[in-house]
Amino acid sequence: MHDISTHAAAHHGPPTSFIRKHIFSLDHKVIGKQYYGLGLAAVIIGMVLSWLMRIHLGWTNYAIPGLHLLSKNGAPGNIMTPELYLQLMTMHATFMVFFVLTVVPFAAFGNFFLPIHTGAEDMPFPHFNMMSFWTTFVAFCVMMLSFFVGDGPTLGGWTQYAPLSAVGAAAGPGQGSGPIIWALSIAIFCVGQLFGSLNFIPNVLDLRCKGMSMWRLPMPTWAWFITSCMGLTAFSVLMPACVMLILDHVAGTSFFVPSNLVINDQLQPHSGGSTLLWQHLFWFFGHPEVYIAIVPGMGIVSHVLITNMRKPMLSHRVLIYSMGALAVLSYMVYGHHMFVSGMNPVSSLLFSFPTLLITIPSTIIVLIWIGSLYGAKLRINSASLFALGFISMFITGGVSGFFLAQPAIQILLHATYFVVAHFHFTMAIAAIFGIFSGTYFWFPKMYGRMMNDKLGKLHFWLTFIGVYCIFMPMHYLGLAGNVRRYQAFVVDYMQPLVGVHQFITIAALFTGAVQLIFLYNLIHSRFWGEPAPANPWEGTSLEWSVPSPPPHDNFGGRHVVVYHDPYQYGVQSSTGDYVMQDSPEQVKSAHEEP
Amino acid sequence: MATTVVPPKIKEHRSRGLGTSGNGGFGNLVPSDGSPRAVQEYAPPPSKTGIWVVLAAISMTFAAFTSALVVRQGSAMDWHHLTLPRILYFNTLVLLASGVTLEMARRRIAVFMSGAKNLDLNPPRWLYFTMLLGVVFVVGQYVAWMRLHSEGLYLATNPNSSFFYLLTSVHALHVLGGLIGLTYVIRKLRRVTLRRSTLDTFSYYWHFMSILWVYLLLLLWMKL
Repeated sequence: MHDISTHAAAHHGPPTSFIRKHIFSLDHKVIGKQYYGLGLAAVIIGMVLSWLMRIHLGWTNYAIPGLHLLSKNGAPGNIMTPELYLQLMTMHATFMVFFVLTVVPFAAFGNFFLPIHTGAEDMPFPHFNMMSFWTTFVAFCVMMLSFFVGDGPTLGGWTQYAPLSAVGAAAGPGQGSGPIIWALSIAIFCVGQLFGSLNFIPNVLDLRCKGMSMWRLPMPTWAWFITSCMGLTAFSVLMPACVMLILDHVAGTSFFVPSNLVINDQLQPHSGGSTLLWQHLFWFFGHPEVYIAIVPGMGIVSHVLITNMRKPMLSHRVLIYSMGALAVLSYMVYGHHMFVSGMNPVSSLLFSFPTLLITIPSTIIVLIWIGSLYGAKLRINSASLFALGFISMFITGGVSGFFLAQPAIQILLHATYFVVAHFHFTMAIAAIFGIFSGTYFWFPKMYGRMMNDKLGKLHFWLTFIGVYCIFMPMHYLGLAGNVRRYQAFVVDYMQPLVGVHQFITIAALFTGAVQLIFLYNLIHSRFWGEPAPANPWEGTSLEWSVPSPPPHDNFGGRHVVVYHDPYQYGVQSSTGDYVMQDSPEQVKSAHEEP
Repeated sequence: MATTVVPPKIKEHRSRGLGTSGNGGFGNLVPSDGSPRAVQEYAPPPSKTGIWVVLAAISMTFAAFTSALVVRQGSAMDWHHLTLPRILYFNTLVLLASGVTLEMARRRIAVFMSGAKNLDLNPPRWLYFTMLLGVVFVVGQYVAWMRLHSEGLYLATNPNSSFFYLLTSVHALHVLGGLIGLTYVIRKLRRVTLRRSTLDTFSYYWHFMSILWVYLLLLLWMKL
């Protein structure tokens, strides 16, 4: 007799054909790995683009070998033109924000582990889940296409501000077809992510196994649930904005292009549009997007730290409430990206206040982590090191954000390297460290093999030093007035800063090279790593109660019943100092009076 | 740390009679492997939550379009009044009528799927009526666009026409998607494998299309 909750999850037998097993798979685990692979490809592309930018920033007149292959007209004599710089910058950010930071912590790990954490056989709508990956893949291919069409990709930044993004070829190389391809790719991406949310939310709400109340869900699952709620509302706003941008390009509408605009001596045929409208729509999506990038990392880091501390957090619920508060407040703060845009200055006050307020749940989360670590004997392994690194990066990035939250200071710091430092610390490094932590932690479960811990620790230390060398000096650069999105510093006051840029470039190339250690470890361990037991980290949540890797239906047909909250550590039990969630064993605390 | 644990209480859902068995209703469906399975406990079909996820996303999309319309209206002096083609009001009645036929279909299907042998019920008939009315609606929208064409109002003529075409065509696309869903529901019904949750999910979507259209009509009438 089958438990109805397993029946309610889509019931599909194990696949037999190669295509069904590895390509068009309905299995959430395969889909999660496919997303991870996509994110890996995107991060390599994004990093290479950043190296090209950084080399040019440090040595503006240097002819980078082979650069002319990347762009027909953008690199005469292999020397990067300003337009090519902007194109590379746009693509770097687009690939990183969308195809790495949204895909890997949320779609990759979430798809693999959320059904297992809830005790379900699979996602509720596996066909939609499969479509979510392939739609995202199509979006990736469309974005790659922009390198090969016309004058290359768009140069308007990942924020694609109007009117630059909306007027067409008059605005510069790549602006003819580039923004159209960009907007089309992103619109397709939004649809893919909506299919993902369509699976995540009903899985958490409806497919939890017996005994799994909402409060018994592990931290990453709460993080993925909150993230998918944010994604639902944020991506649905970006999509119409992209549609209107495409119409401004191809249909001659004027949603975003104002009247009497003269670009390169050409009067633009549009009239009456509002450039600020694009910014409002984009940032209404854009700010929740950055929390979509970081909140799964918070869940993963909490999970990794608890397992390695062998004790639960100070307060499980306050952590969850704080993540929820971050999600809710994220919709109210978006105007802090627009303080100097020309919108009503009074609205700056209205956005600044919730921006300062949002530091409160962030700080609560960080303090819970630090407070829980106090007195804990943390097991040091690659995963826990990257989790600690996440905390460090998030604090550094968060502190700089506090400055940027104030409109008066923004007048000085807007569009400088201070902003670049802030978002790279919080997104580029903290979120990536969350990904690394999750990878080292969950690789044994996903592939049935252990990663090399020595190489992992080496990877951590070199990366940790490297990223601080890259991004810490950018705060100084920003305060000194170094403008962002400039490809060369020819103005007098910026000339002395070129030396700092050269240092950053060397650090960036070094840190990039260090990632080869990770790549080697990943690939080598995949095929030749030590076989992993079911529970290498002595974890308590449901993923550790199944074999490594899990069978097709996750739990091998057994009906999972959960008896505990997910973090029963520091207790006296038959297995040691922990009790698995699905173990009926009643336990005593290690600290109880005899 | 208190760690004494008692086995969890399983929340029992009281049976609500006809059509509320765990697999989404309509009694025990005979599964494809032929073995009848007694349904033990009620679990909410995930499509009930899923449809709200979908409706939330669509609502946010149209909220974005609405705010774009409001901001665009205030950003320049080129807002020209657009008289809505009268066929839109007829289309509205057609769409609302399709909601009525859908409800009639649902009631007949519920009776049919619970085992009544009354062949006069003909449950797919009312779904076909719904489909027909849906198609008439989409065709009517096309006629409205042609009316505007004949007045020289195209997508880029002025901001009013831009928003008219944008909002009505995005809504019509969603209605077309609903019609595709309806063909799926009819196909399942003809094979007598239709789950109640599937039909309910489709009904929520279709009624939402009607409500959304009434909202859009009011918006266009007030603002354009």
